[in-house]
Amino acid sequence: MGKLKINHEKVNDEVAERLIKICPFNAFEYQSGRLDINAGCKMCKICVKKGPKGVVEFIEEEIVKIDREAWKGIAVYVDHAGGAIHPVTIELIGKARELAKKVNFPVYCIYPGYQVLDSAEELLHYGVDEVFVYDYRELEHFRIEPYAAVFEDFIDRIKPSVILVGATAIGRSLAPRVAARFKTGLTADCTVLDIKENTDLVQIRPAFGGNIMAKIITPNCRPQLATVRYKIMAAPRRSKKISGKITVCSMEVDRFRSGIEVIKITRKPPEENISESEIIVVAGRAIKTQKDMSLAYELAEVLEGNFAGTRPLVEAGWIEAKRQIGLSGRTVKPKLIITLGISGAVQFTAGMKSADYIFAINKDPNAAIFKIAHFGIIGDIYEVVPKLIENIKAIKGMAGRTFTKYAAPVSRH
Amino acid sequence: MEIIVCIKQVPETSRVQVDPKTGVLIRDGIDTKMNPYDLFALETALRLKESHGGNVKVITMGPPQAKEIIKEAFMMGADEGAIVSDRKFAGADVLATAYTLSQGIRKFSAFDLIITGKQTTDGDTAQVGPEIAEYLEIPHIANVLNIIEVSQNHIIVEMDMPETIEIAKIRFPCLISVEKDIFEPRLPSYKRKLATSAREIKVMSLNDMEDRDEKRYGLAGSPTQVEKIFPPDENIEKETWEGPGEELAEKITGKLKELKFI
Repeated sequence: MGKLKINHEKVNDEVAERLIKICPFNAFEYQSGRLDINAGCKMCKICVKKGPKGVVEFIEEEIVKIDREAWKGIAVYVDHAGGAIHPVTIELIGKARELAKKVNFPVYCIYPGYQVLDSAEELLHYGVDEVFVYDYRELEHFRIEPYAAVFEDFIDRIKPSVILVGATAIGRSLAPRVAARFKTGLTADCTVLDIKENTDLVQIRPAFGGNIMAKIITPNCRPQLATVRYKIMAAPRRSKKISGKITVCSMEVDRFRSGIEVIKITRKPPEENISESEIIVVAGRAIKTQKDMSLAYELAEVLEGNFAGTRPLVEAGWIEAKRQIGLSGRTVKPKLIITLGISGAVQFTAGMKSADYIFAINKDPNAAIFKIAHFGIIGDIYEVVPKLIENIKAIKGMAGRTFTKYAAPVSRH
Repeated sequence: MEIIVCIKQVPETSRVQVDPKTGVLIRDGIDTKMNPYDLFALETALRLKESHGGNVKVITMGPPQAKEIIKEAFMMGADEGAIVSDRKFAGADVLATAYTLSQGIRKFSAFDLIITGKQTTDGDTAQVGPEIAEYLEIPHIANVLNIIEVSQNHIIVEMDMPETIEIAKIRFPCLISVEKDIFEPRLPSYKRKLATSAREIKVMSLNDMEDRDEKRYGLAGSPTQVEKIFPPDENIEKETWEGPGEELAEKITGKLKELKFI
């Protein structure tokens, strides 16, 4: 905690210009020879660290420190739909165990729902020490007040140091509500997590559209919350044996009062989720016409994988939004991904760069995609891909087969 | 119906890079715009006003230049606007921002419904809406895809869940956070620009708030801190191939075979 102080006697036109340039948030104002910092300042302190020496100073302030010792354990929220546990939960349990090992903490699960007791046992195959089940009719469907009340009860009881929540529709609604209730920090969409010896959670995530990485900590508040998207962390191995215990928790039902009533639920038709695919072919802007999408489609078919696209293709209506890979689309972590004519903007690569093997085909040798591809192929997809498809068909003995025609998606507007 | 929409002014592009040698951010231009996700929130509010009557008010937290987006909201049809601005609000993370906005809303206006966009293009967190709802002690629903029905004391919405689409009824006062593409946002109108050019924008600083404890705002009120920013690491084992299309296709086929993908 602290303030920024400008040493005005050191300020001149040149100094002011340098500071204005350095600030990523446009927070410096220089008028009539007077330099000021406006409300745009985010206290990143770059002006102190990298600006003209001694002009801007950071003045520390005394604050009351929390007792880190009083908060123990790493808890994972169990994201589910009617007892079907979302796989992101398992990934986070794996990560929680890694972190817990470093600081000798137990690993917990928070599981609110209705008739979920049976499914809770599955979690014990992953090395959780204790699963806290809250089983109530009022928790049958996700509603913010009852679920937040469960979190509140758990946190008051157990005082976990860290809580990890999957960045699903539920997690993204629940985690911030809880963070505000406890006036604590929450970092969304972390891509890397670590823990310091003093139990501070190190939360790393991309910022400014992925152009920079930010390392964030919550030094003086507990619990420390973080959300993580599906397929960012690796899933741990499932052990045949079970270990740990299940604790059924009770709460007064009037704590579940809610201003929300769920009236109707419609299952979404089971759709292929590209996040699950082990092999993905992604089409980019080098595809000239909608018809040519068949290049990507056929290549995916012969490899027995799935196909996806970049944002411009979705916006053009050539591919469904659910097949978009990127920061505003899906994150995928397949064994193999082949990109066709994709330049590799950070918003795209953020959604796929942790794939095991990345083959990128692009005409432009300076395309950014080559920075993250394991195999960079400088070539024209219209020359390379048809031949590639032929080769694969020959090897797999598919020469005579024809494939279902690719159907263009229907536009929403 | 009294509706408040929270909006934010964000940089025009996210093209920011870190100079790997000095660790300094290199900003690309200083243009700003209304957070695109907020346009959907504002459009939702305006349509509700058109069908059910009432007022649409907008509120933003930011430096004085953020007044520009309030003016833009007026040009789209908003009735009133407020900006919460003070140097003491600087350095705010999500919690402090939500608290500041909730304090501003308390002073600004009574409401039935608060609508927020899903997230911002610069912060990207999607957390401020739910945190405002917590501070104002009202229920909230995020991921709203559509508005089904509105009445005197509740709203029925369609929400997007991982495996299902759910229809839920939520009583006023409440907050909803809407998905991108819920409605097609209208363009600002020049006629409205002229009509609203002299309209006052309410400015609120720390001294206007119910809670004037500096420690709850800005950096002091922010539990999270950025310890460091750095360029993404892109060092991996790479191979690059060039040549005629056929040759490249052969090479790829060979490698895929080697890696047991075919």
